[in-house]
Amino acid sequence: MRDARVALGQIAPHLGDIEANLALHRRAAGQAVRSGADLIVFPELSLTGYQLADLVPDLALPVDDPRLAPLFEASAGIDIVFGMVEDAPGHRFYNAAVYLSRGRVVHVHRKLYLPTYGMFQEGREFAAGNRVRHFDSPWGPAGMLVCEDLWHMPCAWLLAHQGAEVIFVLSNGPTRGARPGREVTSVAVWRELLQTTAQFQTTWMVYVNRIGCEDGVTFGGGSLVVDPFGRVVAESPALDESLELVDLKSEVLRRARTVYPLLRDEDLELAERELARLRQLRYDLPDPAPATEKDGVA
Amino acid sequence: MTDAPASVDGSLDIDPEWTGRILVKFIDNELHRTGLHDLVLGLSGGIDSAVVAYLAGRAIDPARIHACLMPYRSSSEDSVSDARKVVEDLGIDAETIDITPLVDGFERTTGPVDRLRLGNVMARARMTLLYDRSAAHRALVLGTSNKTELLLGYGTLHGDLASAINPIGDLYKTQVRRLAEHLGVPEPIRAKPPSADLWPDQSDEEDLGFSYAEVDRLLALLVDARASRATAIDAGFAPELVDEVTRRIVRSQFKRLPPVIAKISTRSIGADFRYPRDWMT
Repeated sequence: MRDARVALGQIAPHLGDIEANLALHRRAAGQAVRSGADLIVFPELSLTGYQLADLVPDLALPVDDPRLAPLFEASAGIDIVFGMVEDAPGHRFYNAAVYLSRGRVVHVHRKLYLPTYGMFQEGREFAAGNRVRHFDSPWGPAGMLVCEDLWHMPCAWLLAHQGAEVIFVLSNGPTRGARPGREVTSVAVWRELLQTTAQFQTTWMVYVNRIGCEDGVTFGGGSLVVDPFGRVVAESPALDESLELVDLKSEVLRRARTVYPLLRDEDLELAERELARLRQLRYDLPDPAPATEKDGVA
Repeated sequence: MTDAPASVDGSLDIDPEWTGRILVKFIDNELHRTGLHDLVLGLSGGIDSAVVAYLAGRAIDPARIHACLMPYRSSSEDSVSDARKVVEDLGIDAETIDITPLVDGFERTTGPVDRLRLGNVMARARMTLLYDRSAAHRALVLGTSNKTELLLGYGTLHGDLASAINPIGDLYKTQVRRLAEHLGVPEPIRAKPPSADLWPDQSDEEDLGFSYAEVDRLLALLVDARASRATAIDAGFAPELVDEVTRRIVRSQFKRLPPVIAKISTRSIGADFRYPRDWMT
């Protein structure tokens, strides 16, 4: 990767108002450019807001829709990572993260894990993505995940093994109050999750969470960047709008991967064998290959 | 683990500073997104409405908060004087409206009603005034029901349960007390026994038959931590209390939801016509 200055666009999107959100994105991107940022990252569904329910089909756009022109134009001066409802072929509506650079779409990640439990309803409204792919950003190999994706360990693991050196996590993490010594709950929990993920995958983790309130749900903010050693190097405040600037340094990644060659040492064949076995058990599939003598050796 | 989320251990611990900040943001955000700038609330002199007033006082200009003090003939004198302390401390706008003529007028029209029904009439008279003032001031009505009352159904439907936004509906009484201390709610308001004050010397805890301190711990266990009846009993709660509280929660569900609509069409309000309340705001 190359050194890059990233801006954490911790904003409160307007619910259901794409025009207002385009303006919000452009303002923040302009400010980031003036601060010398190379890219700006916005939260999950930054173009629409979160509690959409039946608004999903109304707000869904193809990623090349002319209405997104203001963002494409802004991406001439700064790379932009943002969240939207994608109207994909077959009119499947995805909760998508989009990477724009120099007026074109570099990559789209469709949220894989749609929380549909407790307070979350995403599985009703969205189609689930089914691929994890890293991509080449102008700053080096990168990956994107959306919120719940990070709670499923294989996502970050797969991106790291494909070569991602930076993982952008776009989030709409709601608060569930505040406990003594734990600040706003979502912030503390996410920080731990991101630090652990960064340590396991020796990658830069760039997490941007929204703020603001929709139908009584307050989003926590607390966007942060964790280096490949698992250290928090920058953190936005909880609950307030902010535009934190962070320098991602290639040298830190190199050192982390030298000190902790975890990716180098990963035994992919071990993982594959065990996964094949788990898959067979979980889905009650026929045994693909009878156990060999080798498998039986203690 | 002291820092586990409440969903794990049913703890009532809150960080009052951050909880307050979340609620102040909530009020600011939910009010201003509607395009309105003013708030109306009923101040009873009790701790719940006082806490809501103090939160609102941190969220918006106090001059834009319109408090209604709405005593009835039998209301305790402390109720009005304690509510006045809140008004003075916060510098909010306030008016006192005696609801006695409204309630007496109701009884004159319909004939006398029993104590419980009269309490409901009072609660709905106050709601009528608040919603009238909300139209006059172009303001939202702030709710002041706490989570304990909401779960137990200890409130009047379309009366004190009616509001546009409720900052404390997800806080148990015990947690409201903790927040009140942090917000600087005057000590006499925090110290007096909780009362709906619908008749002289009424006491919430006598009405309910248990203390808030006890029932809050039980509710947090049953509701927040989703514990089973057996777990609650193992934790030291009397089986009769667990059953009574469970029965109350179930039987008051109707008070927590909009009316049931008969589904006839292909797309029905409440069933498959689903938009956020904050739709396009």
